[in-house]
Amino acid sequence: MSQLNLHLKVWRQNAGQPGHFQDIEAPEIPDHASFLEMMDIVNERLIAKGEEPVAFDHDCREGICGMCSMQINGVPHGPEKATTTCQLHMRKFRTGDTIWIEPFRAKAFPVIKDLVVDRGAFDRIQQAGGFVSVRTGAPQDANALPIGKEIADAAMDAAECIGCGACVAACKNASAMLFVSAKAGQLNLLPQGKPEKDRRTLGMVRQMDKEGFGNCTNQYECEAACPKEISVRWITKLNRDYAVAAIKDALGNSPKVAGGGD
Amino acid sequence: MSLDSHIPSGPMAMKWSKHKQDSKLINPKNKRKFTVLVVGSGLAGSSAAATLSELGYKVKCFCFQDSARRAHSIAAQGGINAAKNYQNDGDSVHRLFYDTVKGGDFRAREANVHRLAEVSVNIIDQCVAQGVPFAREYGGMLANRSFGGAQVSRTFYARGQTGQQLLLGAYSALNKEIAAGGVQMYPRTEMLDIVTVDGHAKGIITRNLVTGKIEAHAGDAVLLCTGGYGNVFYLSTNAMGCNVTATWRAHKKGAFFANPCYTQIHPTCIPVSGDYQSKLTLMSESLRNDGRVWVPKKKEDCGKAPSQIAEADRDYYLERKYPSFGNLAPRDISSRAAKEACDDGRGVGPGGRGVYLDFAEAIQQFGANTIAERYGNLFEMYERITGESAYKQPMRIYPAVHYTMGGLWVDYNLMSNLPGLHVLGEANFSDHGANRLGASALMQGLADGYFVIPTTIANYLVGQKPGSITTEHPEFKKALEDCNAQTKHFLSNKGKRSVDSFHRELGLLVWDKCGMARTKEGLTEALKRIPELREEFKTNLFVPGSGDACNPELEKAGRVADFMEFAELLCLDARHREESCGGHFRSEYQYPDGEAKRDDENFCYAAAWEYTGDYGKPTLNKEPLSFEEVHLAVRSYK
Repeated sequence: MSQLNLHLKVWRQNAGQPGHFQDIEAPEIPDHASFLEMMDIVNERLIAKGEEPVAFDHDCREGICGMCSMQINGVPHGPEKATTTCQLHMRKFRTGDTIWIEPFRAKAFPVIKDLVVDRGAFDRIQQAGGFVSVRTGAPQDANALPIGKEIADAAMDAAECIGCGACVAACKNASAMLFVSAKAGQLNLLPQGKPEKDRRTLGMVRQMDKEGFGNCTNQYECEAACPKEISVRWITKLNRDYAVAAIKDALGNSPKVAGGGD
Repeated sequence: MSLDSHIPSGPMAMKWSKHKQDSKLINPKNKRKFTVLVVGSGLAGSSAAATLSELGYKVKCFCFQDSARRAHSIAAQGGINAAKNYQNDGDSVHRLFYDTVKGGDFRAREANVHRLAEVSVNIIDQCVAQGVPFAREYGGMLANRSFGGAQVSRTFYARGQTGQQLLLGAYSALNKEIAAGGVQMYPRTEMLDIVTVDGHAKGIITRNLVTGKIEAHAGDAVLLCTGGYGNVFYLSTNAMGCNVTATWRAHKKGAFFANPCYTQIHPTCIPVSGDYQSKLTLMSESLRNDGRVWVPKKKEDCGKAPSQIAEADRDYYLERKYPSFGNLAPRDISSRAAKEACDDGRGVGPGGRGVYLDFAEAIQQFGANTIAERYGNLFEMYERITGESAYKQPMRIYPAVHYTMGGLWVDYNLMSNLPGLHVLGEANFSDHGANRLGASALMQGLADGYFVIPTTIANYLVGQKPGSITTEHPEFKKALEDCNAQTKHFLSNKGKRSVDSFHRELGLLVWDKCGMARTKEGLTEALKRIPELREEFKTNLFVPGSGDACNPELEKAGRVADFMEFAELLCLDARHREESCGGHFRSEYQYPDGEAKRDDENFCYAAAWEYTGDYGKPTLNKEPLSFEEVHLAVRSYK
């Protein structure tokens, strides 16, 4: 195991106030440490000096909860493909490197503190239709509804989204289309989700717009940054589903949109 | 105090049906008048909050994460058991029940386990209806696999992320109810204390983790769905935020804590690589289907590259000790065997705490492509973390704390001895006994939330006048003052050490003395050291920042303060239980061949500890366990 000496440029900000980059020296970082463990070491040293540590979001540290959310050298979750920040390890850096560490930046993700942002917009989008309206009780036997393996596998591809927001942070427009399309797409594709397809699509897309996310201009930065490699083909599907639902809506055949709509 | 588990009378297979018939009903108009507080949004919390709201109750749901979807249920990889018998391989509710009671080493409550096995089939139906994308066969039917040593294929799965998919299902149901106005969701909100009025749980105190504001919430009943206490060991496979605060605070307000010494150590985790380590990562148990576990026979070989160690100099110790189960021996047994090899000085890797899990033979037999198809994602994850390729050299693994079977004592209605306080999922003690089988944690969380509590909570609520207690009650004022005082203490106490440095020290101590193998002597040492460390924590802790903003150090301080107190109960329980069973192994109580020696004559009970005001002297209450259906037997995997 070897050690790295790093120069960090870390975004510091309190809610509602302007932020700035702080220079922090990070000598003797073990190359086996994860990126977040590097941040732990840096924070322990700040605390030892009586200073306030850098606030950042994290929880499972195994790449599935979607809580960690840093922009590292301008890239959400850093340089490794298909890797969350918590799974990025310091051996991917060289001693002497300068590392820029920022929060995910988007109008719809306001900064709470330092690297912590509010991604509540994602929850609200799903509350606007990201579900099948089925009550707990006695649905039919699970095998009474055969679903072809191809469809089930495709739905699972979409369902891998961990809701981290890297797609938004990577997009120059701060569009949430990859996220929304994966969430709507999973259910729109499955027979269980078909009855509410139009209502779901309109509800989620309208909520997305209301939250202040930008438009998709087909740059595909989102797919490149996605730690779960969600494909932009889901965006194509969402556009199709939206067109159908919007036409029906315009023709007065309007589905009642979940969550009140507009 | 005598504990009444309220187990319904009648034959085992009829108890739950009978109980549903006998349970009270509340008419729909009146349900709306009741407020239920649900703490935690994992499988148990989300499913309970959503279902109670569907029934018409007003629900407030709290989680410390930024979204309900991030609760640690999300990290479960393997699958969820259900007695569907879709494979026609002889599975049944009775067999799942039997396996779970035996797997729990005869320390679970039979009636609860039977109910769990019964509702397991409903869970799968419910999840599929929600759109959970379980693995399927080409004909469109659900796929199953065998898991965790079961002899039938009853595990449903969604790639390596069953937990995430089930949680997203429950979260979608929760979202549906939030949209419908039945659930009010409080993300980034941590429970600090529970409020009791005349002995009934009637509210909670929370901190808003964004603004720092400490607030009171009143309700007619409280549900704790707050997971396990594995992070008392500091290093575990739990998420960083997992904590014991909710259950411990409830304990200090009178709820009994049962069997804390039953902790599960998972055998296949990536070993610790240095003192900066913050958590341990699980490698799915399925790897043991093709990997062979070994260590060098000679201590002097441990420093060599594995390829330099001749076949004759390797000790495939699981195959040697357990010829019939071999590398597939159950979790507790495999974990202890790894520890023994390392204690013997034959461990590999940094610090000598690791054993090899070798795929060379499987790669030779099936080809690297087949192995990649089976485990590619796990091999990638391993390489990301360790920088080593498991295709080229054996994986290094070591056991790590994974799950805690102990928890707050509950009766058949999932209500603790504190009226109104219900406890669901990993936070309670009831279903897994001394050892949990693979793919049954998800089952329990969802069983409790979707199917049990929605029926049983009415038995409590029917006797309550809804909304009779508000936050104006003096007990709320007092609890608020206590929480504010604690925050003030943390922030004004200008000590020298960080929260993490205390948590690490406590974790090492508990792991060393109360980990995979425990002795009376070691536990006594820990019991002496824990109060000393707790004292130092009080006086020498430094928490930077303020109390009226987002302050992660302050959050951690509160959690570690509770671990410091809880650790003592954990060790006391482990010292009192003079037998070995499941995840609790006392070195003094073993057969000559090293197998766990249970003492059914003296310890066939659930130990429910009562807080007395002195951490070192809790009162022991016993719930005797009787086994009507599954007869007590030695659990052998030879």
